[in-house]
Parts: sequence; C-alpha cells; structure tokens
Amino acid sequence: MSNLSKPIPPAGGRSALAVEIRGKTFLGADGEAVRAIEEIAFEVAPASFATLIGPSGCGKTTTLRIILGLDTDFTGRLKLPEADGRIAAVFQEPRLLPWRTVEENVRLALPDAEAGRDLDELFEVLGLAEMRTRYPSELSLGLARRVALARAFAIRPSLLVLDEPFVSLDEQTAGRLRRLLTEVWSARPTTALMVTHNLREAVELSDRIVFLTERPARVRGIHEITTPRSERDTRWRETTLSAIAKRYSGVL
Amino acid sequence: MPRGAWQLLGPRLVAVVSLAGLLAIWWVAASLAHSRVLPTPPEVFDAFWRDALTGELFFHLAMTLMRVAGAFVIAMAVGSAIGILLGMNAEANRFFDPWLILFLNIPALVLIVLAYIWFGLNEAAAIGAIAVNKIPNVVVTMREGARTLDRDLEEMARVYRFSGLKTLRHVVLPQLQPYFAAASRSGISLIWKIALVVELLGRSNGVGFQINLYFQLFDVAAILAYTLAFVAVMLTIEFLLVQPFEAHSTRWRPKRARG
Repeated sequence: MSNLSKPIPPAGGRSALAVEIRGKTFLGADGEAVRAIEEIAFEVAPASFATLIGPSGCGKTTTLRIILGLDTDFTGRLKLPEADGRIAAVFQEPRLLPWRTVEENVRLALPDAEAGRDLDELFEVLGLAEMRTRYPSELSLGLARRVALARAFAIRPSLLVLDEPFVSLDEQTAGRLRRLLTEVWSARPTTALMVTHNLREAVELSDRIVFLTERPARVRGIHEITTPRSERDTRWRETTLSAIAKRYSGVL
Repeated sequence: MPRGAWQLLGPRLVAVVSLAGLLAIWWVAASLAHSRVLPTPPEVFDAFWRDALTGELFFHLAMTLMRVAGAFVIAMAVGSAIGILLGMNAEANRFFDPWLILFLNIPALVLIVLAYIWFGLNEAAAIGAIAVNKIPNVVVTMREGARTLDRDLEEMARVYRFSGLKTLRHVVLPQLQPYFAAASRSGISLIWKIALVVELLGRSNGVGFQINLYFQLFDVAAILAYTLAFVAVMLTIEFLLVQPFEAHSTRWRPKRARG
C-alpha cells in the first residue's frame, strides 16, 4: 500500500455516484416541518474524491445519511457506484465499540468470509501497528479517528463517505491525518464523498468541491480541481483558496 | 504498614474486623440472655456440624441451590427478553406497562400459593413460582437498559452490514451488560429468599423445609446453622463466579484511579 509505483488495483464501483435530492423535510422538536434540503444534484466520478462544503446546519450530514441508507424519507433519486456494493462510513465521532479492541473493531466490519484477512499493512500505514490490542478508551481522538479510517478502508468499499473526519482535532494532528488519508486513498482510489466546512481541507484532498447554500440547501456551485495531489504545494493552495474565495464569498 | 500493602489489604481488613464485631455482639448478647431462643455461636456451630456429618445439610443446601439456579436462569432469560422488547418498542411498552405494575405488586406468597393450586405440589410449580416473582424486576431493569441503547453504534452496525446476531453480540449485549449485572445481583438475593418460602409451603426438602421443621422443634441453633450455611454458599458464588465474570466483562473500561 505504501508503494505508490505499484499498479493501482481497480477499486470502487464502475459507475459514478449520482445524488439527486429534490426535497427533504424534517419534523422539528416543536412539531413543525423544517425544510432541510431544497434541491441538491451532483455526481462523483468513479475513483474520484468529492467534497461537500456549506454553512453549518445546511443539510450536509443529512445528504450523507441519505446516501448511507440511514434516512430513506426523501424525494429524489440516488444511484450508487455499485448497486449492492459496500459503503464505508467515517462518522464525525469515531463510533468504535468501546468493549472491543482496535483490531476487533476493524475486523468486525469485514464480511464473515474475510474475517481472518491479513490487515498488517493497513495497520502499519495508519500507524496503528502498536495499538491493535488497545481499547478505544485508551486512545486519543486522533488515534480513534485513524481506527475509524482503518475500518472504512478494510472493507474495500465501492463508496467511501466521510463526515467531517478531522473536526475538533488540533491543526497538527488533523494535517497528519489528512496526509494519511491521502496516502491510503491514493493507493486504492475509491469513489469518495466528504463533508466538511474547512475549505483548506477540501482543496488539499478533492477532485471536485460542491458548494451548498444555507438551509434549505441548494447547490451554489461546483469547483473542479485537476492539479495532481502531489503537485498541490503551499503556494498552489494559497492561490487556489483565494481564487475560490473570490468566486464564492463567505466560504473561507 | 507501607502504603501499597495498606491499599491492598486495608479494605479486606476492615471487612474482617467489621464481621468480627458483629459476631462479638451476638456472642455477648447470647451469653447475657442465656436463653434457648438465642444460642451462642458455638451452639450454632454444633448444630451445623451435627447435620453436616449425616450429610443431611448438604443434601438440603443442594436442593435449594438447584431451585435457585433454575429459577434464576428462567427469570433472567424471560425477563431480559421481555424487558429488551418493551424498551425498544414504545407501543408494546404502553400496552404492557399496566401488566408490569400489576405483577410487580402481587405478593410473592400469592403467586406461590396459586402456582401450587393450579399446577400441583411439584418441582415445576415451585421453580416457576420463584421465577415469576423475579421476572417483573428483571423486566424493569432491562427495559431501562434497552432505552439507553446507543443509536450511533446501531447506525454504524447497519452501515457496516453487521448481521442480526453480530449486532446482538457485539453491539447490543455489551451495552446491556451493566443492567444485566444489576438485575442478576439484586435477583439472586431475592430469589433465594423466595425459594425458602416456596419450600416451606410445598416441598419436602431444601433449606426452607428444614427451617420449618426446626421451627416446629423450636431449635433456633439449627435454624441459624442452615441460614448461615446457605448465606456462605451464596457469598462463595458471588466471589468465585459473579465478581470474576463482572471484572472480565468490564475489562475495557478505563480504570479509575483509587482515591
């Protein structure tokens, strides 16, 4: 996995992820209907990385929940990269089972037929080799997030969904985790969709950024990035950020 | 004493001193009263030894233990199943909650008498009556547990396609473990107290039967001997089975610093 010159094995589903939500209404705590999503439509090309950016509470997480099949009450259509393919999720909280070790948490996600698979390389790349027998309560948030990433990649999903996976980490830890994610993802590019409200993060990782408006959410614009990840240095990032900020005021 | 040794032995020493104090009070009171109805500790021990030598004591202890174990298993299994169901299903809970309150308030004695009348003076009726007495308590505790189940973990299990069995074993049951422990702790002590009444009313062996027998003979020493012997059995179970099991199933919890 760490050898990037190896031919990249085919990953993810064959077709693009196509999301088309024409309306999503919530029943608020006071019993009144709240319109969360007006109209969101976008595609994520096979083996590419897309990011959803928008103000807090604009329906980003709701969109992810619809894609994950956790929320089926909406109007619209959804086309997954693979009809019955596996989807991996990295939630905002790591959502590990506190009573299972790091390794058991990852293995439990594997299908029964692969339960004994060799995961050494994955743990090694994510810097978890020494942590396999630890319990989640013994880990820092940064490490627990790495375990959540390991679990997501271990199942070799056809679609990877990430909900603010770097939120509430200090910048140094978040940066290290972003580089790890880029490394593991590049070794086996999987159609991926991430939600964030950190534009820097989006610019560093994505091929396509989808900007959303305030609630009820609509697509404000889509920004494509063609520069290879290896060439995205600090200077490139600053120019790109200011270009985007000029076009979409208020996103930084 | 060095600090470390005190931390290790201190709590146990306190327990021993405390029990010795209780024994001393009993001994002094019995010596002062000088009465048949309050025997001294050596007299109780003599009664114990007498029945232990004939093997009678162990036979009756075993019979009671068998009933306690049977009723415990049934009560925990049935009570947990009903409790989890009610905790997860609001409609079912609304419907069955009045039943639960009713059963919680039926005196143990009534259930035992009815069980013997309806099903005859047999072992099944005896164990069933003990179990039915305990089931409502288990239901209440387990229902509380099922209400606190973590939705986030359940969603994670759904996304990662855990099978029903896998979800139950790795996601649901570990969350219910503290409630299960609480229910079985309070359960086992309640069950054995009810078991004695069941034996007294309709069985021809067991600790309850023996206590009834010695009650007719006015032999308080023997009554205390049987009671203390059974308490000792229950304490042994607590220390050898319950506590090690609990320590094992909560090994993932962060260890709290001892204050």
